[in-house]
Amino acid sequence: MTAPAAEKKIVRPYGDTTGDGMVQVSFTLPVPHDKRAEGAAIQLANRMGIDPAMLVHAKQMGDGFTFFVVYGRVNHLVDLSAVQVVERDFPLLSAKEVNAVVKQRLRRKLSVVGACIGTDAHTVGIDAILNVKGIAGEKGLEYYRELKVTNLGAQVSVPELVEAARREKADAVLVSQVVTQRDAHLHNTREMSAAFREAMPAGKRPLLIVGGPRFDETMTGELGVDRIFGRGTTPGEVASYLVHALITNKKARA
Amino acid sequence: MTGKLGLDPALVARARELARRAGQPVVDLARSHTTVSVERAVLRLAGVTGADPDGIPWVNRLVDAVVADVGLGHGVAVPVFDALAREQIADVTLLAQKAAAGSVRFAQPTGKAATAARKAARRAVGAGVRQIDRRRAERDRLVKRYGDPRQRPWIYLIVATGDIYEDIPQAQAAARAGADIIAVIRSTGQSLLDYVPEGATREGFAGTYATQENFRLMRAALDESSKELGRYVRLTNYASGLCMPEMATLAGLERLDMMLNDSMYGILFRDINPIRTFVDQRFSRQVHARAGIIINTGEDNYLTTADAVEEAHTVTVSQLLNEYFAHEAGLADWQLGLGHAFEINPDLPESFRLELAHALLARELFPDAPLKWMPPTKHMTGDVFRGNLLDGFFNLVGAMTGQGILLVGMMTEAVVTPWLSDRDIALQNVRYVLGAAGGLHEDFVPAPGGFIQQRAHRVLGEAIDLLERIGDQSLLTAIAEGTFGIMKRPADRGKGLDGVAEHEADYYNPATEILEGDRP
Repeated sequence: MTAPAAEKKIVRPYGDTTGDGMVQVSFTLPVPHDKRAEGAAIQLANRMGIDPAMLVHAKQMGDGFTFFVVYGRVNHLVDLSAVQVVERDFPLLSAKEVNAVVKQRLRRKLSVVGACIGTDAHTVGIDAILNVKGIAGEKGLEYYRELKVTNLGAQVSVPELVEAARREKADAVLVSQVVTQRDAHLHNTREMSAAFREAMPAGKRPLLIVGGPRFDETMTGELGVDRIFGRGTTPGEVASYLVHALITNKKARA
Repeated sequence: MTGKLGLDPALVARARELARRAGQPVVDLARSHTTVSVERAVLRLAGVTGADPDGIPWVNRLVDAVVADVGLGHGVAVPVFDALAREQIADVTLLAQKAAAGSVRFAQPTGKAATAARKAARRAVGAGVRQIDRRRAERDRLVKRYGDPRQRPWIYLIVATGDIYEDIPQAQAAARAGADIIAVIRSTGQSLLDYVPEGATREGFAGTYATQENFRLMRAALDESSKELGRYVRLTNYASGLCMPEMATLAGLERLDMMLNDSMYGILFRDINPIRTFVDQRFSRQVHARAGIIINTGEDNYLTTADAVEEAHTVTVSQLLNEYFAHEAGLADWQLGLGHAFEINPDLPESFRLELAHALLARELFPDAPLKWMPPTKHMTGDVFRGNLLDGFFNLVGAMTGQGILLVGMMTEAVVTPWLSDRDIALQNVRYVLGAAGGLHEDFVPAPGGFIQQRAHRVLGEAIDLLERIGDQSLLTAIAEGTFGIMKRPADRGKGLDGVAEHEADYYNPATEILEGDRP
């Protein structure tokens, strides 16, 4: 026997009793509602590992579609010790602490340039992080006295972004990508990181950060960026990371 | 009805007067400038159609050629129709093709030649305007035949697959499921294209390109649905971005029924130059007025970046400005779908009462406008169950305050572009609330001096304060300083500025002349 039993932690979904494995799913099948459609829904649920599956709701929509809600016991297990995630590897600082570190250690304002690149016009994300207004009661980076923020807004081209980063002597570039159709967020990010690598030598290149609700935070290497922030990231986390990566833990950066 | 909020009529009149004072300099600016898109719209009315093999419309090629020879400030109508006469060409599109090939030179004629060119231009553009008139009469006929929706608010639903041939069955299904208005969301980025793409399109990003052919296809499909359902199903698109005047023109020519057309949205959210926007906007609104199109303004957007409580008065200010600009351009009250939204943080105590106060304030300030009530987006989190509840409360405010147009909220907002089932669940939500409480606005009267009245009075007061401050320093300065939605947009920056020119003394625009001269 290899792994000690204590390290292996198996869980299954919880309905109302430990270990019952109950889940709820909903989906649409492109068929009219009849007995056969309900059978098809159960079969799909079974294939998803839900067995027994209880079809609790079925409703036809338009001519040829039916919406289903299924409850049931899923027979899959999750091993918590085998789950891989990016844990926050830097201390969370208050705005005051961020300002203090920048002032004492960098002894100039830390320059941040942000934008939505490509055709993405959704500035919600970048504005939530950069605008004074911030999000969820937390003020955005513009509010930090020791940060100099340039928000280029929406639909900025990659060359414009590189130029702005150069002009503003950016320490970090923040890019927000919301639209994910045809993987636009991944293409745009790769194009952006390649352009920076081409335009600037490794030591002079600003820290490249992308954020958006649909990114996989483990893809930094593949996308050529230093950090990816996913759904629910707050300005405080971004500011703390900037201080960590650019000042307190600078040597660690490749 | 003297109103449910006890608003002081003198105060309301003062707010309107301040909006007029803030807007007047912008109107003067719009009357003395033109843009490449205004001129392209004139050429579209004069019958220029189609695009070159690279997909660049002939109107773009023709305007570019005229601008290269004589500049933009005279307007393109006279140089174009002068060249047409000189070259003995009957068809304007053919002239555009020759001009693009470099075989035609343009001049700004004087004397007899100028008079003749003006006359010819006015005749050609007049034919385009008459086509818009015919389309409007056709709508009136169809509405009479099939009828308007049986309930208020009208139910407004979005489709956005990127492929017009996928949009059509989705739109028809949505109409069958209860939608009274179908909006086809544009492809992300179209607002910053300085030309209108051509033809039917099957590829878009988070939306479908707005093209004349796509307009035509969707309108024809919804005419079928109207017939099938026994109610006239309306079609909406966007007169915004760099091609606002052309979009309005194409909408008029293809009998679209509503157009998103905000006075400041492009400036604030797309960083389009303020002067370009105001010039384009005035022309597009004149076309909408003529075409019988209902405009939808975009005040809801401010609340997605600014706080919906602290900045509630900026919505009121923008509504008053939009109303002033719309009236000035000839739009009637029934054409003003002024926007507002349910965007207050639901964790805030009394958030629902605040929403009621704001929605009722808009209703009372603009009693004859079909207000457009927009669903929550900012505080939709991906918790679809909570989202569905929030949308239910949004629908309830719509019913309690007599909104004219209700954009159906999706519980999957901020998660995915709506699925078929999301739309079905959202419509079920609307149907339940309107079925259970559709007439509640008849009974709902807030307590005199109570929370809702006080809140509405306060927002109106703050709106008047802001309008007074804008009056002292001009609207362009206010926009430059970030008064609306936090974005700072100076008048000498932004996209599309190079396509703006001040009128020369002999500027001539037959479309403006017709639209201003003989309003129906």
